[in-house]
Order: sequence, then structure tokens, then C-alpha cells
Amino acid sequence: MRGLKSASVAIVGAAESDLGLCAPGTSPIDLMAQATLRALEDSGLKISDIDAIFSASTQTRYTTLALKEYLGLEPSYHDNSHIGGASFMTHVAHAIMALEQGLCKVALITYGSTQKSVSRAAASPREYNPYETPYSPFLPAAAYAMAAARHMHQYGTTREHLAQVAVSARQWALKNPVAWEKTPLSIEDALSAKMVSYPLTVRDCCLVSDGGGAILLTVSDRARDLRKKPVYVLGVGEALSHLSISNMPDLTVTAATRSGPLAFNMAKLGVKDVDVALLYDAFSINTILFLEDLGFCPKGEGGRFVQGGAISPGGSCPVNTNGGGLSYCHPGMYGLMLLIEATRQIRGECGRQTNRRL
Amino acid sequence: MSTFNLIAESPLGVFKQFCEEGKLAYQVTPSGQAVFYPRIVAPQTGETLSWQISKGEGTVYSTSVIHLKGIEPYNIALIDLDEGFRMMSRVEEMPPEKVSIGMRVKMKMSKDKEGRALPVFVQGDSK
Repeated sequence: MRGLKSASVAIVGAAESDLGLCAPGTSPIDLMAQATLRALEDSGLKISDIDAIFSASTQTRYTTLALKEYLGLEPSYHDNSHIGGASFMTHVAHAIMALEQGLCKVALITYGSTQKSVSRAAASPREYNPYETPYSPFLPAAAYAMAAARHMHQYGTTREHLAQVAVSARQWALKNPVAWEKTPLSIEDALSAKMVSYPLTVRDCCLVSDGGGAILLTVSDRARDLRKKPVYVLGVGEALSHLSISNMPDLTVTAATRSGPLAFNMAKLGVKDVDVALLYDAFSINTILFLEDLGFCPKGEGGRFVQGGAISPGGSCPVNTNGGGLSYCHPGMYGLMLLIEATRQIRGECGRQTNRRL
Repeated sequence: MSTFNLIAESPLGVFKQFCEEGKLAYQVTPSGQAVFYPRIVAPQTGETLSWQISKGEGTVYSTSVIHLKGIEPYNIALIDLDEGFRMMSRVEEMPPEKVSIGMRVKMKMSKDKEGRALPVFVQGDSK
């Protein structure tokens, strides 16, 4: 990411669409449009101000074209890059580049999914892999299950540690009015829940939600004149690892070991400066891996780090303050929901979701 | 330069043909580095790859038991073959939850749902 300037661009609008279970016939683009209108309202910008579209979806392949058509936009820049759920973080990096270069003035990053309404199988059909699909591997759950099994084998991580990640996420979700899950969860509940792919129970796996969101970005000079306090993008980092799980070199080491330092270096910040961490918790093991790979704890210590509630409300290291993909909302590709929560946390808008440290 | 003639054969086609003969095939670079899944050139260098037949002996790198509605729980595993490549497979002929990381396994040519040869693994002799 060398070449991009820290704080040259800010997030100036952020909003969720309706979340949970939508009316029959709702389309992913309906959700994107709804979230976009809400983000525009949040920012004080008009629909005609948007001149760049960034999106990715498993349900509507030509997402930026669909949005252009639906909203009647005339974008001077567009990016349909698709690397899975983290696509939207990549879009932020690419939007900074486009904004810095003057290729656009206001960038929209948006996402929507109706995977709960139409079923996950219909919303995210998997590509056939002749070296994996014949074994019916039930992906992505089994891939993360094998990562968890490997982490348990190498580092002594336990199912209780994994369950604690789910419990902490639930505790945050109970503070978030729009979170899907509304009832408390105990370690015992999580451990005795229906097994999906050992060692992961249904509580170790993200929700299947309808929902989406939108954020708007512009150059920092313009951001200062808009409705809300600008949320400057201080650092970004991108790293590509693998497509198929059998080609991940080490199941316990994620690409965050490379993207994290890029982002921190660009921001000239370190882990010690972080008040709230938003880590993509598609599965409970992910939170543990990212805590390690970003440097919140030493490699292998993630399970013991979360034990006792360090990442829970009131803990020393608040993580996934919206309730996470595990308990708040997981519309198939979750990355944008993290950016929305990060924006709100930095603005100080989260009310009951804030930690005592803030 | 690739010597692969994709009009005549594909990497997957060759692999499957070996499977039908009961053989687990993989590729090696000129310097002997194992490559899997099969492809037309070596990653990173673009060198020509040649086919080898694995002894089919390896170690479980990781494992899971998948629980789906209406079917018996079944194993899924990543196997590190002794020749230096990893593949997804299943360890069969034992309770799926008894499959453990580090366990020695050996290849057994089974059949997929369509009756085509599919390499799976069974417990092997410890090294």
C-alpha cells in the first residue's frame, strides 16, 4: 500500500439496510439501495454526488452494473473486485487510490444479501473444485473446523476457548438493538449446541442473515464540511492467500500476518493504540487467529487470551462490539458491517455498545 | 515453456485417468518439488512439470467430522503425503471421530457417487 496517503480520505456516511429476514421478493440491490439512501442521509450528500461505485456479491454477479442501473448513477469510476467477505476492505483501499487520483469525488461501497430468505445454497453456490467437491467437505464450515482442530492440536486451544468467543459476541449483541440474537448464551450452551463440523457447533458458526450496508468516502478536505465528524482512513493493507483450503500453507496462520503490518505501518500506529478491534468472526476460531496474527497476543495464545472475557463488554480488549457475525448479523459477506461499526465507534455513536474504556 | 497440449489432455483428465488405474498421481518440478493440484506449469517458475505416482502414504494434517441432517456423520481431512504435497480427502473404514491429527494413513482407491475412481485414505502403519 506504499503510495497511498494516511488520512487523505474519510468515511463520511455509514448505514445498515434492514437486517435479519426481509419480505419475500426483496432483492440484494433493494437492500443496497436502502442502505445507500440511509448513508447519504447520514452524510448530508445527495444521490447525484455519488460518482464511484464499489461492490461485490455472490447473488448478483455484475453488482456495480446492477447498482448503476437501479439507482440511475453515472459513475466515473467503479470496482467489482471480489475476494469474498473482505472485498469491502479492499474496496476502501481502491477507493482511496481513486479519490487521491481525482478519478472520482464521492465513493459508495455497498453490499446486500437475501441469503436467509432464499437459502444459503441459493445465495452462495460454491464453485465445483474437482479436488475437493467429491469429498462433500461442507465448506466453509469444515475449513475453519480443520483450522480450529489444528490450532487445538498445536497450541492446546480448547472448545471452551472457542465457546468463549461466541459468548463474548453474544454479550455485545445483547447491547445492540438491531442484533439478531436476543437471548444470553453461556459457555455450556455453546458447547452443547448442535455440532456442525467438529469442533465447531452451530454457536461457533456465523448467522445466516439477510442484510447489507453502505459507506460513503470522500477526500478529507471535503469531508470536513459534511454532516458528521469525518472518520479518516489511517491505514489499509491487502494480502491474498489461497482459494481452496487444501492450498492454505498453514491452517493456523492467516493473511492478516501480512495485511495487518501494512495497515498499521501506513497509519503509524500499533496494536497498543487500538481501543476497539473489529475482527471478521465468520467462525469462532477466526477471532482467535486474527487476535494472534494482528499482534494482540502471541501466536498460539489466542484461546487463553479470550478466556475470562478479555474481549467481552468491560474487558481489556473489546472485540466485535456490534455482536459480530456470530450474534449480530452475517449476510454472507460480512466485511462491510465491520466498517460500519468501526465508523460508529470512532464517531462515538454506539451508546450502550461502548466499553468502559471509551 | 509448457509442454502441455490442452487439445489432447488436461491436468485433471490425466489425474483422473491415473485414478482409474488405481494410482494417486502428482507432479514434480525439475528440481523435485512436489506440486498438487495438477496444473500445466509449475507455480512461481513456470517450469515444466512431470507426473509421478505417489506411494499413497501420508499423515493427517487436520480432520473434522461433518454433521448434516439426515446422513451419518462423516470425515473430511487434509492429508500430507510423504512425497511433500497435501490434498483433501476422507479417512474411511473407522469411526470418523477417531481420525486424529498426525495419524498415519494410506491411500485406497474408492468410488465417487457416479462410480468414478476417488482416492480416499484408511489407517496406515505407523512410521
